[in-house]
Amino acid sequence: MKILVCISCVPDTTSKINFKNNDTEFDNSQIQYIINPNDEFGLTRAVWFKENDGAEIDVVSVGLDNNDQILRKALAIGADSAFRINQEALDSFQVAKLLSAHISNNNYDLVIAGRESIDYNGGMVPGIIAEILNFNYVTNCVGLEITDSSAEIKREIEGGVETLTCKLPLIIGAQKGLVEESDLKIPNMRGIMQARQKPFEIIQGKTEETKTKTFKFEKPESNKEIKLVSPDNLDELIQYLHNEAKVI
Amino acid sequence: MSILVYIESNQNQIKKSSFESLSYAKKLSKLISLDVIAVVINCSELAPLSDFGPDKIISINEKKLETFNAHNYADVISNVSKSVSAKNIIISDSINCKYLASLLSVKLDAAFVSNVVSLPNSTNPFVVKRSTFSNKAFCDIEINSEIRILSISKNSIGLNENKSEPIIINPDINFTESKLTSESIKVSEEKVSIEDADVVVSAGRGLKGPENWNIVEDLAKTLNAATACSKPVSDMGWRPHSEHVGQTGKPVSTNLYIAIGISGAIQHLAGVSSSKVKVVINNDPEAPFFKVADYGIVGDAFEVVPKLNEKLKAFQAENN
Repeated sequence: MKILVCISCVPDTTSKINFKNNDTEFDNSQIQYIINPNDEFGLTRAVWFKENDGAEIDVVSVGLDNNDQILRKALAIGADSAFRINQEALDSFQVAKLLSAHISNNNYDLVIAGRESIDYNGGMVPGIIAEILNFNYVTNCVGLEITDSSAEIKREIEGGVETLTCKLPLIIGAQKGLVEESDLKIPNMRGIMQARQKPFEIIQGKTEETKTKTFKFEKPESNKEIKLVSPDNLDELIQYLHNEAKVI
Repeated sequence: MSILVYIESNQNQIKKSSFESLSYAKKLSKLISLDVIAVVINCSELAPLSDFGPDKIISINEKKLETFNAHNYADVISNVSKSVSAKNIIISDSINCKYLASLLSVKLDAAFVSNVVSLPNSTNPFVVKRSTFSNKAFCDIEINSEIRILSISKNSIGLNENKSEPIIINPDINFTESKLTSESIKVSEEKVSIEDADVVVSAGRGLKGPENWNIVEDLAKTLNAATACSKPVSDMGWRPHSEHVGQTGKPVSTNLYIAIGISGAIQHLAGVSSSKVKVVINNDPEAPFFKVADYGIVGDAFEVVPKLNEKLKAFQAENN
């Protein structure tokens, strides 16, 4: 089985988000970049398929050379080869088109992306790829088993879980639950050394059209003063919630 | 040309988020002077829709669409969109809507913008505001394709009643059946889901162990609320992942969010920032959650929560 894991390079989850140039650009000074957490859950599942079923794993990312460090990390975690499509990621449609071209050149049985990136939160890249390439698609994926060329997928739905089946090829949107947080792998020294010897290819990629343009950012208004209520006077809280906030 | 709204229903009950989508569409129609058409799949109780102003309802009844399948639904909605020349397609931010929208966007060569929180601040070019960076920020986004799909963030627009007398039509439909098969659906019947809840009661490590969750569940029951939790709690397996609220879990845009024994890591606060009213109960007055909440109680959760529950029950008995 040949697996592709699509990886997005995002600010660390603890990052404070700031903007510059009159709020038109993300301020990336003092930002640590990481593998998008949803993608990392997917990568970890892919490594499980490699260790248990001998699957082969490629990883791919769309972006400029600051993405190289996270692709190297993915190799250190267990991927076999890395590809970087050397175009600045501008919108989901453009990224999905670039990834689709790579996928159709490489005959993957399974493509794994994250449910969404934690920076842009578009949540549409795997779906667009699925429709372009006519793959089966399941997102919010919290379970994946593969036997021969059949997949059983669990997806989170509102208030529960749905189990689906299909033949490969398949593309999924991974999220927490696909593997446990404690199963995530921290690269060890051997992995990091091996990663240096693994194939790492830079693909130029075409200039694809975009359908959207993000041009101005703002941060949520900071909250008004909190009203503290004494634990001995909970009726006061109920009155606030009823009369002032009108939520009960 | 028209504005098409996809209406989600569950066992003949239209979802509240779909009324919000319809409210959005109606407001949008005033800006761009187009008819609002609602499309509904396998729902026979259509009367509530006319409270929110659609000009037309396209009601599809098809046995093969009984179970949601994103590929099939996207195909059906795409065919309907083409038949009414929809240039704007409005959906909610629900799991299923977002799932089908990315497929739909390719079928219609449309732009899909999720997490929309405002009406367009300009219609030419078409610019809307959406939340981004996992609710840590907003951005203005310009859409430059002819057809656009907008998914509306829960509680961002609200409901806006607007009576109408829509024409109802039942078209024949064609679609290519997907090869993805649903084998089983497990939904917990007695519990309110986080996605649907108006009130969410959430708890963290301050509760010391999963055996203490009864006080959280009792309070949730009184408020007809969903239960949720912080990341460490789901990582330790005290509660299921589906309850994890935050950047790598799920965002919560609810009317009332009660955080019990949750200190308020930046990732958790991002996940709840779009909830309207936040109450924090924590014995540590330095907990970061106090900086973002509307109301706070510094106290021991094990004393405060059961007492609050009793007081709420008394309040409800008095007011009903």
